[in-house]
Amino acid sequence: MNRAIHLEATGMTKIFGSLAALEDVSIDVPAGSFHALLGENGAGKSTLVKCIMGFYEPTRGTVTVDGRPIHARNPREARAQGIGMVYQHFTLVPSLTGAENMVIGRLDPPAIIDWAKEKKALDAFLDRMPFRVPLDRPVAELAAGEKQKLEILKLIYFDQRFLILDEPTSVLTPDEADEILGLLKGMTKAGDISVLMITHKFREVTAYADDVTVLRRGRLAGAGRVADLSTDAMARMMIGDTTVRERAERDPKPPGAPMLEMVAVYADDDSGQNAVTELDLKVASGEIVGIAGVSGNGQSELVEVLSGQRPLVDGRILVRGQPFEPNRESLARLKIYGLPEEPLRNATVPRMSVAENIAFRSFDRPPIASLGWWLRPGPMRAKARDLIARYRVKTPSTEAPIETLSGGNVQRAVLARELSGDVDVLIVANPCFGLDFASAADIRAQIMEARNRGAAVLLVSEDLDEILELADRVAVMSEGRIAYISPVAQTDRATIGHAMAGHG
Amino acid sequence: MSAELLTVLFAMIGGAIRVSTPFLFVSLGECLTEKAGRINLGLEGTLVLGAMVAYMTSYETGSPWAGVAAAAAAGFLLGGLHGALCSLPKVNDVAVGIALMTFGTGVAFFFGKPYIQPAAPRLPGIPLADWTGSPALADALKVNPLFFVGIVLAFAMAWAFRNTRVGLVVRTTGDSAPAARAMGISVDGVRLLATAAGGALAGIGGSFLSLYYPGSWNEALSSGQGLMAVALVIFARWDPVRCFVAALLFGAAGAIGPALQSINITQGYYFFNAAPYILTLLIMVSSGRVRHAQHGMPGELSVSK
Repeated sequence: MNRAIHLEATGMTKIFGSLAALEDVSIDVPAGSFHALLGENGAGKSTLVKCIMGFYEPTRGTVTVDGRPIHARNPREARAQGIGMVYQHFTLVPSLTGAENMVIGRLDPPAIIDWAKEKKALDAFLDRMPFRVPLDRPVAELAAGEKQKLEILKLIYFDQRFLILDEPTSVLTPDEADEILGLLKGMTKAGDISVLMITHKFREVTAYADDVTVLRRGRLAGAGRVADLSTDAMARMMIGDTTVRERAERDPKPPGAPMLEMVAVYADDDSGQNAVTELDLKVASGEIVGIAGVSGNGQSELVEVLSGQRPLVDGRILVRGQPFEPNRESLARLKIYGLPEEPLRNATVPRMSVAENIAFRSFDRPPIASLGWWLRPGPMRAKARDLIARYRVKTPSTEAPIETLSGGNVQRAVLARELSGDVDVLIVANPCFGLDFASAADIRAQIMEARNRGAAVLLVSEDLDEILELADRVAVMSEGRIAYISPVAQTDRATIGHAMAGHG
Repeated sequence: MSAELLTVLFAMIGGAIRVSTPFLFVSLGECLTEKAGRINLGLEGTLVLGAMVAYMTSYETGSPWAGVAAAAAAGFLLGGLHGALCSLPKVNDVAVGIALMTFGTGVAFFFGKPYIQPAAPRLPGIPLADWTGSPALADALKVNPLFFVGIVLAFAMAWAFRNTRVGLVVRTTGDSAPAARAMGISVDGVRLLATAAGGALAGIGGSFLSLYYPGSWNEALSSGQGLMAVALVIFARWDPVRCFVAALLFGAAGAIGPALQSINITQGYYFFNAAPYILTLLIMVSSGRVRHAQHGMPGELSVSK
């Protein structure tokens, strides 16, 4: 086996027009080390690795591999130097099998593939690896964790000894993330690979990384041994002078009467298979119930049923004892609001303006509408301006298309719309997915405030830390059923993880 | 009575083989194009243009095989035009396809006018059943070599999609353009070539129409075979071997009317002639209801996004 690579980048600068996306940043990753690259969205992390990978031509700066200067003009040339990258989104071809992906991803795939020979080589390779992935099935059938493992295996199989990972755990459950990062850590310790990981999860940095480099607004904000730095110190480097909104206080008063009741709920997935099976769950007023679970165990189907996007096959959903009908009138009367995952796709019309998107709940009612059909843009803009200020949505104007906003601001705009009125039931799914530290804290505080005002909150999340921070009770979904439920104060990560794995 | 039944059966088998050949070539061409991630609805136009060019070339040179080659070249150019137009930003492949369908038929009609009357040399058939002494069987099993070329091509394509670099590159491009780009594959380049090659196959299908069966050039030569082939690819779930089976099925359906006519059943002649179209509708409706109907569909097709 080849040995790990020592990569050093010095004085990296990238200027786009008049904007310096990266200014004089240096980073040193010795052979066999696990290096974390921390920073907010737009801090220059991606620009830095893209300069190393040859996507961008750096304005100034040099990259050396094992002391030799290299100059990659495109990702192919970086690969030839042994530098490989795992992107945030999978680059595997879904309909090809694992083995086909491994063969076609090579720099020089053979014109005619001798499968017997290739399979033998792959098997021999897998035997040397600390983990296996089924290679004979189409990648589309693999779980997210397996896909991520396959991405990593692919790079090592191609002799990539320096792995750049761009938020590799954002699509994984906590257990999958721990498993994969643990494996990578083991391989760096053995001296087989060096790792540079982009992340903004502190837990991953403290648990796995040897060194950390923190970027802020394109500049080096700090660096050092992880062992010498506290999470607080890293957070300060990352955020700088920006004030992070205080973590919302949990109002200690006990939850009130049951607000949202699901009785023996059944739902099917897109292919008509049963996805939610005999699900019973009650959420009380002033309570957050967190639903944890490996993705694909019926959580998204449940959220879609509750938002009226998917038919209820059997069972009943009651709000304040009244049956829930999936229509606009019923949603408004029962005061059900929601923040679905990927709100830009699921809760907005991307090309309509911020003001119009904020008015989706209220455009057909006074003061925006007269007689139920005549819309007046004045009150619509006034309301949008008010909510934009209250929820600190950063937008050039009320008339900008909402798709031009950053992820955190889209999330804030949708939350502003959903929380602006009187909320009885709030359905939230992965609200902080892909958000930076400050935005995530802000969104979580808003959810907690809604709870303190008396809303019943159902929080579906793949981030167990988020559930443990916010929820009063945690429920684990496995194979479409509630496998485990407990007050947060009386449980721990291990018990929940056990239930998630289906051993409830 | 049983002799009549036999006649119908033979006529249908023979008809299936004859009628299926253009379906086979057009659907293999469409299959290749769609595997690379584009839909070319213009193959109807390519088919008609191929038929005209083949007939014209055969008449002018006296060699029907030169006609087949010319039809393939014309199809390659028309497919390449589709591929090139779709490589421009924000161009929709379905719209371009419809435009090129009209363009292809229009060009064919314009240049084909002088060739409606004259008779060009036709492609030979291979007599497979002359030894039986039964004229019905001999007539039914007189098979054009292109039919066999099509079968070999179907299996060769299925093999190539799994076992060659070109095959995997085409599938990669059709299923995930970002993944293909990450591998340094030129997505537009692959699609351009796949569309052009698909057009060449459709052109060959057209040459069969004018040079073998029905075997003459006129403006009503193709009756939507090029469009039906698109439905056929969906029915075959983007598998070349299943394209062959589906083409036979469509061919048999198209042969019902003439077969019944051969034993003097003329009642409902037009109805039976409509069988392929009815079959298309039934297939689209029923395959849409089956679970996993989209299984095998390339992820990059504009209709699957």
